[in-house]
Amino acid sequence: MKPSPPSLRSQLLTLAALLTLLALTIVLARISLGPLNVAVALAISACKALLVMIVFMRIGEGHPFLRVVAAAGFIWLALLLVLALADVYTRVPLPLP
Amino acid sequence: MSEASATLVAHRAAQFDDAAQQRESSVLGMWLFIATEVLFFGVLFAGYTFSRVRFPQAFADGGARTDLLLGSIETGILLLSSCLAALAVRDVRFGACRAAGRLLWGTAMLGVAFLVLHGVEYHAEYGEALVPGIRYHPSGHPQPAMMIFFCLYYAITGFHSLHVAIGVALLSRMAREASRGAFSADYFAPVEVTALYWHLVDIVWIFVYPLVYLVGRST
Repeated sequence: MKPSPPSLRSQLLTLAALLTLLALTIVLARISLGPLNVAVALAISACKALLVMIVFMRIGEGHPFLRVVAAAGFIWLALLLVLALADVYTRVPLPLP
Repeated sequence: MSEASATLVAHRAAQFDDAAQQRESSVLGMWLFIATEVLFFGVLFAGYTFSRVRFPQAFADGGARTDLLLGSIETGILLLSSCLAALAVRDVRFGACRAAGRLLWGTAMLGVAFLVLHGVEYHAEYGEALVPGIRYHPSGHPQPAMMIFFCLYYAITGFHSLHVAIGVALLSRMAREASRGAFSADYFAPVEVTALYWHLVDIVWIFVYPLVYLVGRST
């Protein structure tokens, strides 16, 4: 069965949500939250990216293998970041001999 | 055979059973490409993460020197253009091919606007001597680390702008074909795949924005 095209309303509401999140992230970046600043900014970005993927890119439609491929990219990226950070945080710089 | 089904058969490659299978394969191929692009930009983001953890102050100093207003406008432009691209795919699925063509032109024009604004930004940064290796006055704490921030800034935004430029070229071609009525509710994979690429460009920028423009704004 062919999935039906999305409604105009859902697309425009998503755009409004994305622009609201953009305004929110600017306001929050100007408030001093310490290390939370970067966490909040990245969390908002992740929400925006998910909105784009679910509503605009229609990741929920089509063959499940699409989701596997899309997730694979992000999982490899997460591995790269986690292992790189583990190295930075746990390794003690060696003094020159 | 009607004229519409004749075009459909003409568009179908021999290895596919039907148009639906061909379309699914196109979309899957694009998602595979998107996964490789995520890793391409991911390496740059990993370099950024590593350097920022080592030199948080220099990255805050560097981020504070970028243009928050222009960066935010560029973000808004890309979000809007993504919505237009999604609406174009929606229209073409309804069979409104020429309306989709106009939306695709709009998307491409917003991409051009993004590139122009980014050019303005690069020009201002050249004026402020923030281009390592070409025109750079050392500043920030420590000074060499702020240079790393700007090197990463040019690498990430430069590659992103290259993707935007490629996207504009692809969108313009799709817009031209759509204006001629080349797509229909049964054949729209090229438009869909181009829109997916454009959304990827948008998603990359969604992460570039906080990492470049929102650093060091609270102090």
